[in-house]
Amino acid sequence: MVMELARPRPIWQIMFSTHHTDVGLLYLITSLAFMFMGGALALSIRAELFFPGAQIIGDAMTFNRIFTVHGTTLIFLFILPFASAVGNYFVPIMVRYKDMAYPKLNAIAFWMIPPAGALIWLGFADFTWYATPPYSVISAPGPAADMWIFGLKILGVSSILGAINFIVTILKCKHPDMPISRVPLLAWSFLSSSLIVLVALPTFAAALLMLLTDRLGASGFFNPAVGGDPIAYAHLFWFTFHPEVYVLVIPAIGMMYEIIPRFSRKPIFSASSGIAAFVLLSIVGFASWAHHMYATGMSFTEKTVFMVGTLAAVPASAMHVFNFLATMWGGRIRFSTPMLWAIGGIALFFSAGAGGVVNSAMPLDFVTHDSYWVVGHFHLFVMGTILFGSVGYLYYMFPYVTGRMYNERMGNIHFVLSFVGTVMVFFTQHVLGLFGMPRRVYDYPPIPEWIAMNQIASVGAMIIGVSMVIFLANMLHSTARGRPADLDDPWGLGAKYYYPYERKNPQH
Amino acid sequence: MSGHSNMPEWVYIGVVVALLCWVGAEAWNVERIVEHIPEDAELIKVTGQQWFWTFEHEDGTKRIGEMRVEAGKAYRLEITSKDVIHSFNIHDYVVLLDAVPGRVNTVWFAPMEAGEHDIQCREYCGLIHYNMRGKLIVEEAA
Repeated sequence: MVMELARPRPIWQIMFSTHHTDVGLLYLITSLAFMFMGGALALSIRAELFFPGAQIIGDAMTFNRIFTVHGTTLIFLFILPFASAVGNYFVPIMVRYKDMAYPKLNAIAFWMIPPAGALIWLGFADFTWYATPPYSVISAPGPAADMWIFGLKILGVSSILGAINFIVTILKCKHPDMPISRVPLLAWSFLSSSLIVLVALPTFAAALLMLLTDRLGASGFFNPAVGGDPIAYAHLFWFTFHPEVYVLVIPAIGMMYEIIPRFSRKPIFSASSGIAAFVLLSIVGFASWAHHMYATGMSFTEKTVFMVGTLAAVPASAMHVFNFLATMWGGRIRFSTPMLWAIGGIALFFSAGAGGVVNSAMPLDFVTHDSYWVVGHFHLFVMGTILFGSVGYLYYMFPYVTGRMYNERMGNIHFVLSFVGTVMVFFTQHVLGLFGMPRRVYDYPPIPEWIAMNQIASVGAMIIGVSMVIFLANMLHSTARGRPADLDDPWGLGAKYYYPYERKNPQH
Repeated sequence: MSGHSNMPEWVYIGVVVALLCWVGAEAWNVERIVEHIPEDAELIKVTGQQWFWTFEHEDGTKRIGEMRVEAGKAYRLEITSKDVIHSFNIHDYVVLLDAVPGRVNTVWFAPMEAGEHDIQCREYCGLIHYNMRGKLIVEEAA
């Protein structure tokens, strides 16, 4: 089970393997590489905005391309593949099956990611991760825009193949002795997020094709000059991508469900309420997409419907937070690195959710919409919740993947710096939004409050940057030279708290 | 399942749901009032294009990048765009509505005091989006 380092294999054996841990490893390395690339773009954005006026990025077009590729990369090339990495490693083990249901399909789904990433990075489009029409149809320069569309198309197919594989593995290949209610919550999180992908993603796939034919001049779906309607694209896009937000966040919550009970040395407070919350979220998540569109001129009735749909999704998330806290309550908690990241993730998840309620309230949305508030809000989800859960889980699976232990002190420093940095960047950006600064701007007028808050945010971003360098050093050094881990109990929690699935699974 | 009571969770969910109902009801009520356009509101046609705003009053006066209004009067803004989607925003008066080509969106506001406020574009619209700014000049009532 322990990875290749103990028994080295040539790289091509891993690359052309269809075994779930090999594909998982490929997903893991690819996603982390893209995380560092996307993060570097974020640092250049923050450096540019440190002072008003043009600083390090020469022109607005380059800046626009950078934030577009930053968002696209971190959502599609880091968060999604990272979740797939964890799912590939652990879902077959948790449901006690020898591999994913369709191993070749699994490898194909992975190998679609590098060419898609190459298209996105070589093109470097400028029309935001939302590809806003009619700008993307009539104004965005090609071939970057077309390469982005093809890249996303490939990633969409890859996501759908991966989702089918997870669903079949969990529902059809789980051990006959294991009822679905006993499937661990991490596997449940993959089941719910995969079902969302399957229902939501085809809509965006269609919208992308329509966008492409619009760009080619063969159609005019979203181009008002020939009778189309750009708001139709907004509906199609958000019908996919509001549920997709839950696709991103649900696996991270599942990862926290693995970490928190083990390091609290207590069973999960209520596994059934966790499952109920996953299922509830994956259904209710489809009733809220147009809350992204209050400002497009929707009627009062439409806005009311989508506000109610959005608020209805909140209790499901709140149930997870309760479950985490109740699990920790009275436990003998060990604050090892994975647990620190999970707890930090819960705190930021709660803050992000509270901010989301503010956005969903119609009159308040007109204060926050398309301002830096929104940037701060969704980064508290994607960074504060998803990256924190994912990085915590990476430390958690590190001994399992490498057979070695990471450096605990560097892990703690990584956490503290990242947490402080995240609060500095994204809490500040909420306030900056209330002061009216629009998002996606290359430059801003020298308003004293805006300058001060941009500088706090930029300093926070640099702190995160430093923490990520420590993280990279820790990962590389510990992978090669770390001390061998006690695989029965790497954190000294008492052996029964760690990896109970592996021992029950005769295939591994 | 694990021998403990689930009562605290139900109480907690009850409190969360009650809070959300309150937020929703309050938001619904405020928005209903805010969206009611006064009958005597004066019309200004606002047009966004890459990368400036044009303001056309009922009497035919047309200004670029500068909207002149009188304190104490209500104004109805009909917002549209000539090319791509923009978003018309006077942050100080919480006026925010997208300028969508092919559509006319309506919003209203009533400045109370004389002064100058910033107008900006809040939706990404291309190269000079960051500098698609204007001025709202509120004059004393004549």
